[in-house]
Amino acid sequence: MIPLSHFLIVAALLFSISVAGMFLNRKNVLILLMCIELMLLSVNLNFVAFSHYLGDMAGQVFVFFILTVAAAEAAIGLAILVVLFRNRRTINVQELDAMKG
Amino acid sequence: MMNIAIATPEIFLLSTICLILLMDLFLGEACRMVTYLLSIVALLATALLVYSSMGGDKITGLHDMYVRDDLGGVLKISILLLTVGIFVYARKYLREQDLWQSEFFLLSLFSVLGMMVMSSANNLLVVYLGLELLALSMYVLVAFKRDDGRSTEAAMKYFVLGAVASGMLLYGISILYGLSGKLDIAGVAAYVSVQNVMQNIPLLFALVFMVAGIAFKFGAVPFHMWVPDVYQGAPTAVTMFLGSVPKLAALAMFLRVLAESMAVAQPGWGQMLLVFGLLSVFLGNLVAIAQFNLKRMLAYSTIAHMGFILLGALTGTTQGYGAALFYTITYALTAAGAFAVLILLSREGVEAETLDDIKGLNERNPWYAFIMMMLLFSMAGIPPTVGFYAKLSIIDAVMQAGYLWPAVFMVVLSVIGAFYYLRAIKMMYFDKPDNTAPIEAELDFTILLSVNGLLMVVLGIFPSVLMGICSAAVVASL
Repeated sequence: MIPLSHFLIVAALLFSISVAGMFLNRKNVLILLMCIELMLLSVNLNFVAFSHYLGDMAGQVFVFFILTVAAAEAAIGLAILVVLFRNRRTINVQELDAMKG
Repeated sequence: MMNIAIATPEIFLLSTICLILLMDLFLGEACRMVTYLLSIVALLATALLVYSSMGGDKITGLHDMYVRDDLGGVLKISILLLTVGIFVYARKYLREQDLWQSEFFLLSLFSVLGMMVMSSANNLLVVYLGLELLALSMYVLVAFKRDDGRSTEAAMKYFVLGAVASGMLLYGISILYGLSGKLDIAGVAAYVSVQNVMQNIPLLFALVFMVAGIAFKFGAVPFHMWVPDVYQGAPTAVTMFLGSVPKLAALAMFLRVLAESMAVAQPGWGQMLLVFGLLSVFLGNLVAIAQFNLKRMLAYSTIAHMGFILLGALTGTTQGYGAALFYTITYALTAAGAFAVLILLSREGVEAETLDDIKGLNERNPWYAFIMMMLLFSMAGIPPTVGFYAKLSIIDAVMQAGYLWPAVFMVVLSVIGAFYYLRAIKMMYFDKPDNTAPIEAELDFTILLSVNGLLMVVLGIFPSVLMGICSAAVVASL
């Protein structure tokens, strides 16, 4: 039996990796989208682990909703990315600086 | 227990949206006006349904997922009526900028639905779903001008930061779920009420993430980075929508998630929000002075106003919640009016967005200049406009709760903030206009804008009715 804390540590690590990836990445917007997905998946892991150890189904139901929303979010994110590339001919994070002040 | 009737307004709105979506497909380009009118009728009918269901006791239903109470009612009616006004304002802009498409109305309607769901949520899952419905529609709306690089860039920034914020919120919710084993507001409240919050590190850990997520939705410092860019990049009609109505939804989320389910943890989240609120008031007011783009200036002014709302809300007293609700409703009204003036000044293919565009407005049209002055006075908090009373009630609540020096700080920063509003007024009245073309608008736009501007004064002189409604709703529901 794997103790709950192991799941939580893995989830926390994944969450940290995704946040770190977002701040360290200075190149590509696609990587930001991947980080967002990773963040949501780490939350899912948390929910499933808690749900199992608490013997309560609500957490697993929540995960289904998060997965669905994440799919919608990815679709919208990629759509915006495509439009952005069409307008700018670049998806480099550092070049997204048309507005300042 | 199933009690579908409590969600009647939402179900009605959802079915109507689907109907409009289908009808629009068949009617096509020529009959866009029908879509517009139907959207307005749908909003008004939903508002009527919400109104008819108000006044009763707090009822939960749909397996305790959903709640019907006066607080939700007041929030929903404000959201719906403000959106009607915004649609009327937006029509002129969308026509002129070649954006007269049904997507604006449909996506706005979907985000209104999301906001209504958030206002009535009785479960963290429902809060999340409402939030995402709002956020996803908003990302698309910001990118609405799809051949404009700034609009899509703003959408990308909004999307990435918004997704991170919901990720944070979710992480907090997952920890809270692990601790309490519950997702419904009452269950979480029952768990939190027996904890010694300041000693319970895991609970505080969860709280930090949830507060961060909520602060992002408000656009409070240090989660404000998206606000100026999104305000500037989005088409003005979308900025107007984004800058007014979702603030009510953010307050709803605050009231449901923090005030209702974690009232006992107020020392915990109160401290965090105190820092966020003070930083927002400080940074918003100072940076706004340096802005010459009017949309960007209004964005920083929004950050400062959100600081005020957070400071009122963090007191944890019903007086503070009532004042925050009053402030949010009146601020949303003011912001919608101010952006409507920007729309008024825009012409075919040209967006008015810098301070130069309002130069000499008094010479071009004294009545619109007067309306804009009332709106700016209200934002600055100058009597007799409503902004003064809203600020006064917030500061009163903050002082009653024992936060003396934050109240002093807010007053000082309001004085500093008055500078950039007065500068705009000075430009309207004392500078020569660069462009002397007459300002034209349709009758409904003019009437609505006049009512909007005059409401600033009327509500400022007779605030007690609205304030009474806000306080009563808060007392009855929290």
